[in-house]
Amino acid sequence: MTRERVNISRREFLIHCSALGAGFSLGLYVPFNSQADEAASSQTTEVNAWVVIEPDDTVIIRIARSEMGQGTLTGLAQLVAEELECDWSRVRTEYPTPGQSLVRGRIWGSFATGGSQGIRGSHQYVRKGGAVAREMLIEAAAEVWGVAKDQCSAENSIITHKPTGRTTSYGKVAAAAAELIPPFEVVLKDPKDWKIIGKPVKRLDTVDKLNGKQVFGADLQLPGMLNAAIEACPTFGGRLKSFDNTSVGKMPGVRKIVRVGDNAVAVVADSWWQAKTALDALPITWDKGPHASVNSASIEQMLDDGLTATRVFVGNRNGDIDKVLKGAVKTVEATYTYPYQNHATMEPMNATALWTRDRCEVWCPTQNGENAHEAATEAAGLPPDKCEVYKIHLGGGFGRRGAFHDYVTQAVLIAKQMPGTPIKLLWSREEDMLHGHYHPITKARMVGGLDDKGNLMGLHMRISGQSIRASINPRRKNRMDKFVFQCLLPDGDHAISYTVPNLLIDHAMRNPPVPPGYWRGVNINQNAIYMESFIDELAHAAGQDPLVFRRKLMTHHPKSLAVLNAVAKNAGWGKPAPRGVYRGLAVCKAFASYVAACAEVAVDDKGILKIHRIVAATDPGHAVNPQQIEAQVEGSFVYGLSALLYGECTIKDGGVEQQNFNSYPSMLIRDMPKVDVIIMPSGGFWGGIGEPTIAVAAPAVLNAIFAATGKRIRRFPLKHADLRPS
Amino acid sequence: MATLTINGKQVDIDVDASTPLLWALREQLGLTGTKYSCGIGICGSCAVHVNGEAVRSCVIPVSTLKATDEITTIEGLSADGSHPLQRAWAELDVPQCGYCQPGIIMTAAALLKRNPDPSDADIDAHVTNICRCGTYNRVRRGIHLAVDLNKREKSS
Repeated sequence: MTRERVNISRREFLIHCSALGAGFSLGLYVPFNSQADEAASSQTTEVNAWVVIEPDDTVIIRIARSEMGQGTLTGLAQLVAEELECDWSRVRTEYPTPGQSLVRGRIWGSFATGGSQGIRGSHQYVRKGGAVAREMLIEAAAEVWGVAKDQCSAENSIITHKPTGRTTSYGKVAAAAAELIPPFEVVLKDPKDWKIIGKPVKRLDTVDKLNGKQVFGADLQLPGMLNAAIEACPTFGGRLKSFDNTSVGKMPGVRKIVRVGDNAVAVVADSWWQAKTALDALPITWDKGPHASVNSASIEQMLDDGLTATRVFVGNRNGDIDKVLKGAVKTVEATYTYPYQNHATMEPMNATALWTRDRCEVWCPTQNGENAHEAATEAAGLPPDKCEVYKIHLGGGFGRRGAFHDYVTQAVLIAKQMPGTPIKLLWSREEDMLHGHYHPITKARMVGGLDDKGNLMGLHMRISGQSIRASINPRRKNRMDKFVFQCLLPDGDHAISYTVPNLLIDHAMRNPPVPPGYWRGVNINQNAIYMESFIDELAHAAGQDPLVFRRKLMTHHPKSLAVLNAVAKNAGWGKPAPRGVYRGLAVCKAFASYVAACAEVAVDDKGILKIHRIVAATDPGHAVNPQQIEAQVEGSFVYGLSALLYGECTIKDGGVEQQNFNSYPSMLIRDMPKVDVIIMPSGGFWGGIGEPTIAVAAPAVLNAIFAATGKRIRRFPLKHADLRPS
Repeated sequence: MATLTINGKQVDIDVDASTPLLWALREQLGLTGTKYSCGIGICGSCAVHVNGEAVRSCVIPVSTLKATDEITTIEGLSADGSHPLQRAWAELDVPQCGYCQPGIIMTAAALLKRNPDPSDADIDAHVTNICRCGTYNRVRRGIHLAVDLNKREKSS
């Protein structure tokens, strides 16, 4: 079995694409259905599913999860390399394919790259993969030397026979190691002995991103490939009635105009620009379907109804909230509203498909190769073993390309109408904006009761709004979805950071016909805004310092308290800020990590907000690569604050109004605050990194805005708010 | 048909004159380092140099360019990744997903050509590219580091 190699290298062929001027050629390896064994690849040895070693000691580590910027590729390689005891400077990576995974009984586990799961969801088995390979390599060397295995050790890809000092390298014994039976059990290293995990090593994927060589899905070129531009009905639930191809069919480069599913039309042309130009000129008639009169106001009405509904799903409850609120010395009440958001990945949705009657292949950016494979298989109308998906690094994911592979389905449906011709489907930005799976829309009504000493005695949080999981699986329309309570649950990866003596958090599911989807941080974005803004409201109503008020509720949450204290101390909470600068705090547990932030902002006479600095603390348990954690924390502020400041998809006539970055802006470098990152890994658990910090980005800034202006903003984005001092 | 000078070489390309430079680069010449993202000249992913100035190639029709205009893409910024910005970017691991980075690097390179030691305010005014991953703080540090690398080399 160990001799059986995954033919990944053999399935590669080289496409040369001459690049001008600089004098180098753009060598692009594209996995392809080549049954021919290539001599060059026969030199590589698969020691086990995770580790391939070449004779020159190059180590190729297989990564099942996807790289979309978050650094998982490097982090996972660090985990394998740590146990493998290999030379880090000789490490490369490759993606196994979902088709190979199918054949080999899911030997690489899940391909899903979402929910900040890349490392925390696979650290155990990938480290074991590295450890098993190491043991096999050592054993192979011991056999060659005719010595006992336990007299040998490995470090930096070199195996040493300790009594004699004799050495050999991994590359020399890899083939022999692959013949061995893998050890049944291996002991993983004690974290105190880690040499690569925990180090700020450089990413493995940077160089090609600096010179134009990195190939994204949108850049893919295959021999004989044609390009497709697509337009789906701009109204959710609408259908394609007809199109008139008489004049457009004769436009330059146009090869075919095809119906795609029941709601879209695509133009296939020699170049994408020709396809797009022709599509723009194509007369199309839509059947707008049942939702053509839905708009933002009607959706808000649905949500308002949920705020007072009696049929709800309880996410977290203790004590007797009704009794306590009735008897409270002071009650505080507020309603918050959070809008739809688009992922707006910089690389629009795309996929390339090649369909023949007995095989379908797809090249695409995806956060979940197995889901992409499923989508391709279904659209192709072929058995799963006749389909293959080749993953390409993503130009951003943020949750858009994990559970939803509508773009893969479309590419295959187009390719099916042109058998044998590879078709690259690329969405325009406008298509990407109009056909997202949007951050779900919700509102929250918060009611808190204080006693005569200003202690929080009871808190009721009513969330009204959309469920992603009910949208994905309509059978779930039983109005129960625990996922909506991210960062508000009684325990677990998304436990609430406070202990309130009487607490009720419940959800009234209201599902407007706008498709919701997972999004960076998903529900922690709005849940943390609601909770952390309102805790601040309560602190002020109680006449207490927001830090002191929080601390009283956090005695049973030591790790959350530790990150909160760290940002407060580092930011100088309680000490005077620079003139005109005000501070705000937020804390949250999400994706198993503990995070907090202290924002420093100023608001001038004209109501212009300047975010000067954010101090952020993260306790992810184990910190695999501190410099990448820092990058993810900074990035979380950009994504979270872009949403807070500008992000909003409004609905008119059953469709999204914002069509491009002119109406859906993002933060720019000029908006970016200084970010001080405190990484405080307390060990003993594995928390996520890519998403947790997004929870505290917005509420820390909102609480600082309140400190600066006395204005409590409860409807977003902030671009609509008048921040001028009243 | 149009004649363009790209990365120091003259090329003839067979496209409709209204085709944006971006698509001529990507689809006629295989220079896919220049990215499509918004198509309306806002995000900067498609930034290239025309006569040393950073421009958004998605809104520049090929018909507006002359054969004498010097066009430089990310592939032609340096032969071997040795431009100070590329070295600084590698040193600081600036990119995340990397999709917007060629546009940001080309934009910053044009800034440095005009202003070899830009202030933070200069960077804010000049670099208006969108990065959704959120690399902005490392981009800023990268530009300052590139300035340092330049200075060090000139003094040595």
